[in-house]
This record gives sequence, structure tokens and C-alpha cells, in this order.
Amino acid sequence: MVDNPREPGEFHRKVHVANMDFYYGATQALFDVSLDIPAQQVTAFIGPSGCGKSTFLRTLNRMNDIIPGTRVTGDVLIDDEDIYAGGVDVVMLRKRVGMVFQKSNPFPKSIRDNVAYGPRIHGLRDKVELDEIVEKSLVRAALWDEVKDRLDDSALDLSGGQQQRLCIARAVAIDPEILLMDEPASALDPKSTTRIENLIDELREDYTIVIVTHNMQQAARVSDYTAFFYEGRLIEFGSTKQVFTMPNEKQTEDYITGRFG
Amino acid sequence: MMSIHLQREIDSLKKKLLALSALVEEQLRRAVMSVQTRDDLLAGKVIDGDVEIDHREVEVEEDCLKILALHQPVAVDLRLIVAVLKINNDLERIGDLAVNIAERSAYLAERRECEVPAELSDMVEKAQLMLQNSLNALVNADPALAHKVCSDDDEVDDINRTIYEQIKADIRDGVNDLDSMIHLLGIARHIERIADLATNIAEDVIYMVDGEIVRHRTEDYRDGKR
Repeated sequence: MVDNPREPGEFHRKVHVANMDFYYGATQALFDVSLDIPAQQVTAFIGPSGCGKSTFLRTLNRMNDIIPGTRVTGDVLIDDEDIYAGGVDVVMLRKRVGMVFQKSNPFPKSIRDNVAYGPRIHGLRDKVELDEIVEKSLVRAALWDEVKDRLDDSALDLSGGQQQRLCIARAVAIDPEILLMDEPASALDPKSTTRIENLIDELREDYTIVIVTHNMQQAARVSDYTAFFYEGRLIEFGSTKQVFTMPNEKQTEDYITGRFG
Repeated sequence: MMSIHLQREIDSLKKKLLALSALVEEQLRRAVMSVQTRDDLLAGKVIDGDVEIDHREVEVEEDCLKILALHQPVAVDLRLIVAVLKINNDLERIGDLAVNIAERSAYLAERRECEVPAELSDMVEKAQLMLQNSLNALVNADPALAHKVCSDDDEVDDINRTIYEQIKADIRDGVNDLDSMIHLLGIARHIERIADLATNIAEDVIYMVDGEIVRHRTEDYRDGKR
């Protein structure tokens, strides 16, 4: 049997998390999580509701910071830099680590302004350059052909699937290194879901992608690696092929085969 | 809690596969007996019985495809369905080989003077036990028993070679019933193939339980190692 070159341990790691505990006030939500996320691969987080997968995802760009009373201990390194170290610019961190949410949340602005928003925030004013970024980002998000003739229409006139791709375009417009996706297709119909999944496959060449999904078949389809969380703990991490054919842990097997959860 | 729909389908699939395996074992038993007792009537029954096996094999395969399409099983459930698909195929092939034996048996029944080599009974016994053990390993999800089946295959291969040499010698010595000798040689080869297919079933049981593909690695399972 030929060894899978994507087996854990052989990848180039982008994110390194060690012994992370996370608290919402007095409530501990994550327990001693250690995990390396491979660069330029798709990693899926799966687990039942409340297992901590979304909380863990949001620790990677410090989105939990905005919730009062939260606390993180342990190490989170991106390219060996501690993102929780004093003096880290959170805005710059979130430029490196973009995010797409479950519910598409375009700004009530034109399609063009939605995509140009991030680069503008980061100081870009040149119209030609901004137009280039808008086009490039919309092409990346597989939306360009559908909107190129109506860039100044309101983003809110787009369909749900288009809005979600616009949010992906908006996320890639600031040229992040990592894309976090929290249930990016759960509110979409099957056709739009397929478009998003295909898009994830194309984006993996340029970005490190981490996706939280309740849809196990989606995790199996789109990801190279899968992490299974349960009750705030990381139960198993491995290549998606291994996790879905021969999981090491009984809890993983019980969950993915629908025997609990 | 597992989906009751998938659980129901899997239970029904297991029952159907076991019914098929019981039928195949019986076909083999009758085919072999027809050789030993020169009973062409019994051989005829084996030949007629194959239709039922073919029919059931198709049914099991359709059920597997239905489960794959509708339930998209993963992990232990996926390995079970894949193993069933392959074992189903192996069982059907064993059924065909039982028919081949029966056909040669029908020919031999007319030539009572030709003697069946003593080793053939021994070989048949071992191959039947291998098949029985491989199916028990399946039912009990018993990889140790499955490994034993794999290593037992060597003995059947050895007996096959002995019979081959013996028949070759008889032919060289100038027996007068060359056709019968060739049929006996054919029967030995069919039984050797049946032992191989029992080994395949055992390998699929190991895959189903341990998730490990042991095929093409005879040096490993010969000592019961993995």
C-alpha cells in the first residue's frame, strides 16, 4: 500500500495550538486542546452542537475577544508567532485570518463596495488598484461572471448563494493567509452548496482553510483533514480518509456513523 | 442513536448474505458428495440449484448499492457494506465452482472404474472447513479465525500439487482413461480455487473488523502476524 503523503505529521503546519483551555466566564468550553493545522489544506472541524468547534475556530483570529468575560490559556501560534502575545495588532491578525460566517452578512452597499471595503480599511485608495482587487476577488469567489455587469447594484439583491460567495470574495480581498469558515453552506440549497464546496477546493491552493460543518458528508467531501470535537475536547485528528474509513477512537466512530449525537 | 433506517437495512442485508452463504455451503457439500458417491442425480441437482444463488447474489448487490446511495455509510458501516459486496461476489463464484465440480462429477459417474485419489477427500474437507471458518469469522467478526483461514490455504495448495504430480505420473504410466484423469485434475483445481475464495472472504472480514487490507501480503499472515 502506498503511503498517503497527506498523513498527519508530514504536513507543513500553519497553525500550532498547544494545551488550550477556553472559558466563557466561569464556564470552561475547551479543555487542553492541542492541534496543528496544515498549510494550504482544508481542515474540517466536526462534532455535535456545543462541542466547542466554533469556539475553537474563533480563537484562531481572536473573534472571541469581543465577547466579554472570555479567557484563553495555552499557545496559539500562526507561523510560529504567538497571536495572543501582548502587542499583537488584532486588526492585522484578522487581515491574515479571514472569516466567513454561516449567515451571509453583506453590508447594505453595492457589490463593488462590499469587496473593496477591507482593502479600503487597510488604507488602499487607488481606484484602479481597488477595481483590480474587486475583479480578482470576485473571480476567486466564482461570482465575477454573474455580477460583472452590475457591480454597483446592492449586494442585498443577490441570492443567498451569491451573497455567501460575495462574503468569500470580501474575505479574500484583503489577501488573507487563512480562511475560517463557520458553516458556510448550511443555509444554502444543494446547488449553491456545491458551488461553495467547489470553491473551497479551488481556494485551497492559495489559502489554509478551516471549516466548521454539521454536515459530515460535506466534511468528507471537501476536507483533507478532520478534527472531531466532543464536549470541549479534541477527540481525534487525522486525514479525512482515515477518520471516515477507520477512525481511531470509538467516540469518533459512534458520532460519524450516527450512533450518538 | 443510530438511524433506525440504516440499522434495519444492515440487519436485513446480513440475513440475506448469511442465507446465501448457507446455500453455497450446501451446494458445495452436495457437489463433493456427488463425486465421492458417483451420484449423477445429485450432481444434476447442484447444477439446477445455481439459479437460486445467482438470483440472491444480485439481490444482495442491489441492497448494498441502495444503502450506499441512500445512507452514505461511513467507518464501520462503510467497511461492512464494502466487505459484503466482495464476499457476495466470492460466494457466487464458489457456487459456480460447485457447479463445475458437479459437471465433472456427472461425467465421472459414468466411469466407475476410475479411482478418486485419496488425497482429494482430505483436500475437500480442508477447503470446506476454510469456507465454514471464513463465514463464522464473518458472523462473529473474528479476525483471529480469519487469519487462520488465510494460513490454512497453504495446506490446500500443497495437496493440490500432490494430486497434480500423482495424476501426471499416472498419465505417464499410461492409464487407459485419460479423460477421467483430466476431470479429476479439474476437480482438484476447482477445490483449490474455492479455498482461495474462502481466503478472500477471510481477508475481507479482517478489513471489515480492523480496517486493514491484508491482501497480497501472504508473508505477514502466514504466521498469524499483522
